Amino acid sequence: MLELRNVSKIVGGDTHIRDVSLAVERGTLNVLLGPTLAGKTTLMRLMAGLDVPTTGSVWFDGADVTGVAVQKRNVAMVYQQFINYPAMTVYENIASPLRVAGAAADQIDKEVRRAAELLRLSPYLERTPLNLSGGQQQRTALARAIVKNAGLVLLDEPLANLDYKLREELRDELPKIFAESGAIFVYATTEPHEALLLGGNTATLSQGRVTQFGSTIDVFRNPVDLVTAQTFSDPPLNTIDVVKAGAAFELGHGVRLKAVDGFAALADGAYRAGFRPHHLALESPSPDAGELTATVTVTELTGSESFVHLDFAGQSWVMLAPGIHDFEVGSQIRAFIDTRHLMIFDAHGRTVAGVDAGTGRGGHDGQD
Amino acid sequence: MNKPWNNKAWFLVLPVLALVAFSAAIPLMTVVNYSVQDTFGGNQFFWAGTEWFEEILSSDRFWAAMGRNLVFSGIILAIEVPLGILIALNMPRRGWGVSVCLVLMALPLLIPWNVVGTIWQVFGRIDIGLLGRATWALGIDYNYVNDPFDAWITVIVMDVWHWTSLVVLLCYAGLVSIPDAYYQAARIDGASRWAVFRYIQLPKMKRVLTIAILLRFMDSFMIYTEPFVVTGGGPGNSTTFLSIDLVKTAIGQFDLGPAAAMSLIYFLIILLLSWVFYTVMTNYDAEK
Amino acid sequence: MARIELDHIRHSYLAHPARDDDYALKEVHHVFKDGGAYALLGPSGCGKTTLLNIISGLLHASEGRLLFDGEDVSHYPTEARNIAQVFQFPVVYDTMTVYDNLAFPLRNRGVGEAEVERKVRETLDMIDLNDWADRKAQGMTADQKQKISLGRGLVRSDVNAILFDEPLTVIDPHMKWVLRSQLKLLHKRFGHTMVYVTHDQTEALTFADSVVVMYEGEIVQIGTPADLFNRPRHTFVGYFIGSPGMNVMPVSVAGRQARFGEETIELPGTPKTPMGGAIELGVRPEFVRIGHRGMPATIHKVEDIGRQKIVRAVVNGHAVAAVLGEDGEIPAEPRVSFAPEGINIYAGSWRVDYENASEGEAA
Repeated sequence: MLELRNVSKIVGGDTHIRDVSLAVERGTLNVLLGPTLAGKTTLMRLMAGLDVPTTGSVWFDGADVTGVAVQKRNVAMVYQQFINYPAMTVYENIASPLRVAGAAADQIDKEVRRAAELLRLSPYLERTPLNLSGGQQQRTALARAIVKNAGLVLLDEPLANLDYKLREELRDELPKIFAESGAIFVYATTEPHEALLLGGNTATLSQGRVTQFGSTIDVFRNPVDLVTAQTFSDPPLNTIDVVKAGAAFELGHGVRLKAVDGFAALADGAYRAGFRPHHLALESPSPDAGELTATVTVTELTGSESFVHLDFAGQSWVMLAPGIHDFEVGSQIRAFIDTRHLMIFDAHGRTVAGVDAGTGRGGHDGQD
Repeated sequence: MNKPWNNKAWFLVLPVLALVAFSAAIPLMTVVNYSVQDTFGGNQFFWAGTEWFEEILSSDRFWAAMGRNLVFSGIILAIEVPLGILIALNMPRRGWGVSVCLVLMALPLLIPWNVVGTIWQVFGRIDIGLLGRATWALGIDYNYVNDPFDAWITVIVMDVWHWTSLVVLLCYAGLVSIPDAYYQAARIDGASRWAVFRYIQLPKMKRVLTIAILLRFMDSFMIYTEPFVVTGGGPGNSTTFLSIDLVKTAIGQFDLGPAAAMSLIYFLIILLLSWVFYTVMTNYDAEK
Repeated sequence: MARIELDHIRHSYLAHPARDDDYALKEVHHVFKDGGAYALLGPSGCGKTTLLNIISGLLHASEGRLLFDGEDVSHYPTEARNIAQVFQFPVVYDTMTVYDNLAFPLRNRGVGEAEVERKVRETLDMIDLNDWADRKAQGMTADQKQKISLGRGLVRSDVNAILFDEPLTVIDPHMKWVLRSQLKLLHKRFGHTMVYVTHDQTEALTFADSVVVMYEGEIVQIGTPADLFNRPRHTFVGYFIGSPGMNVMPVSVAGRQARFGEETIELPGTPKTPMGGAIELGVRPEFVRIGHRGMPATIHKVEDIGRQKIVRAVVNGHAVAAVLGEDGEIPAEPRVSFAPEGINIYAGSWRVDYENASEGEAA
């Protein structure tokens, strides 16, 4: 188990990491999700031992490893750039950590072939990395990390430089590879969609803080605060200031959303409401849905779905509607907010009543 | 605070400290010692206080040498920097020409300073030197031994020949780091050759150019070997720079006190320049 | 603005191309309409960037002609073509202010300061950077820098086309949404001819009225996003567009029926005969229904990706992916069926039309 205890990193007066406590278990995949400069790479460097925290400590399997150099930690790292030894064959590239460790020749051969099989590199073992496609180069780097048999494997946006189709394939393969290895995997990404496809656990990062850590789908469905919900939303989360009065949230302009289930008991007052683009619909998804009229700013079509960008009372929203709907710019359309999936935040941005609070639908279904 | 302390590191630093003490600190203290005393040989010393410093700072000879240093540095910077940029801009970016140019540019930098001096000393001689004979044949009255102006020309041309390459190489490094997209964007924007230089190449070279200017300034300010070999500081005192003057005072006249005071002043000037150099560099990093 | 004609263009990076494989860009013959928004979509190495560079003049095609509004510009240098381009990595003039960056292309062309002022202010409004006019471009965020690059194109009234070379690569997901929709809006309002190169299907589909899908140096399909989704002309289009991509399975066809192993699948129309090459049935995961009717299936894995669930099933020994809604349920003994409007038949990887076209296209 890798544990960060109250870790902070301050460089020249700038706080890069702010009091992070995080524990990740062996055999798990842990996604660090956050925008550029949120502190993902810094956190990984602290985990690896490439950097020493300004305050706080790093523990590995019950031992304090704060300040222990990376060379002594059995850590493997894969970067956004495809980093391989250009003059060596793929075979030698994969074998290199084993050679450094002084493994026997027959063991090296066995391990290399196993990793190559796992990453579908067997036909390319005799080629040099520069004669491979980007995806194959990155798979070579991954294979090298796997054979190292490291206790901790850090992947810093490893798929960012690949075609999205290749990304899709590798994303599909990675969890299987991770499951077999038994190491701790930490995977940094800026893309919420990628985190969801990878599954496992997710820690959302914002301005050097870990805002939430838990099973990926649970963090997605039940964010603890507004920042987490926004970090973990692509397309962006729709938000609006509301006033709870009696059994409804008032959005202004005469629009009222019924306070369903868990929200009914909420004290009256000012809140901020959030809902995801696919919970804004052209047709009423439930009898309790809230109806409103909004102005279309622009429509984007994907072939099977439409992203309708809307303006409601000065707020920019996105609606994700199934089917093709090419609305005229500036036209007024009716839209429905699915109140069953509403998130409500207090003045400090904390979630006061979750999406699933009263509905009894767990957030963990379907997780393999 | 959990910052790990590791005292082993001190043992690694110790040998370096000892070395620095022997090579720098102790000689420096000896110089300080000389600078505040008077001696008539035979290891007899008398306390002189700040007398030597006052004498040096009020001597015309010192300020004249200092002036010559500044003029020299100014001239060579005014020539080497634009010339260096011009050559760097015209060097090929890809293909076999790159390595040929780089080797040619690196050659003068690889020659020891005194050899450079000797080469030019011979090269410029009117009796056997190619340059001297050629100018003489062309009817130009060139003689660096007698004419102060010719001596200056010789020393400057020699320095330009020796050191422009450094500016070229640094600028070239800056230029090749500019992504192709910038040049393409400039073509699309209809930028002139001058605009490309002014708004793309110069800003990208700014950092290396600062280093080049500071390095060349410090180096030229400390110049000794080449003019000493070629002109020996003459004719008269016309090419006597601070460093040459210092050696003349110390070894030629055996005035150890004034020489020591002079080296300390010289040392402080260089220290000041290094500080400027360091500040400019670090400010650059802070900006980034 | 201009109509861009690609007249039998081929390009090879070799000096003496002999075989078809020597061409990075095999024959392209196509017209980009005046004021259209086009996307060139394909994996890396498919020739899309080569094609873009040929249009911008950074590359001269080995064969064929390029015409802007009927004028042959094949041999014009970049600066004479009056195009604008936004690159993958933001290109701004660091030492200039945002205002001067935008004024730069105008001043280079000798436009008077009064006109420069008017155009630059107008463009700053368009790209929402008016408040930043006097700031140095250095130190601005990547998305702002990309807006400046775009602004340098928009500011010129004579610009023939604006080209984009994967402009959102270095932009964070949240800002991508903002920039993309702004771009779409700018196109709707001002109607520039725009050509956008990308390997990202979402960017291509949401941006373009017409998407050009390229594969190994060839255009495999040109169509609206809906065409590409519903009627992929080639199995590659089915695979490359959509995630997960289209399910493709070997079948035999007899009349209006397809045999898939032991199962019979009703087709929306009768595929035209004769068909050459291997016969396959393609159906997108969005058209795969999981319920109590159809072919028996084994579910391997359900990936909950938030707003959807991706179901990985095996039907008749073949992997089939299906997409379920957020609240979709899988019955105890799941069966799989295909929605008829989503079924396409392929012969040798190319789509086969149905005999009575209206029959199949009804969807």
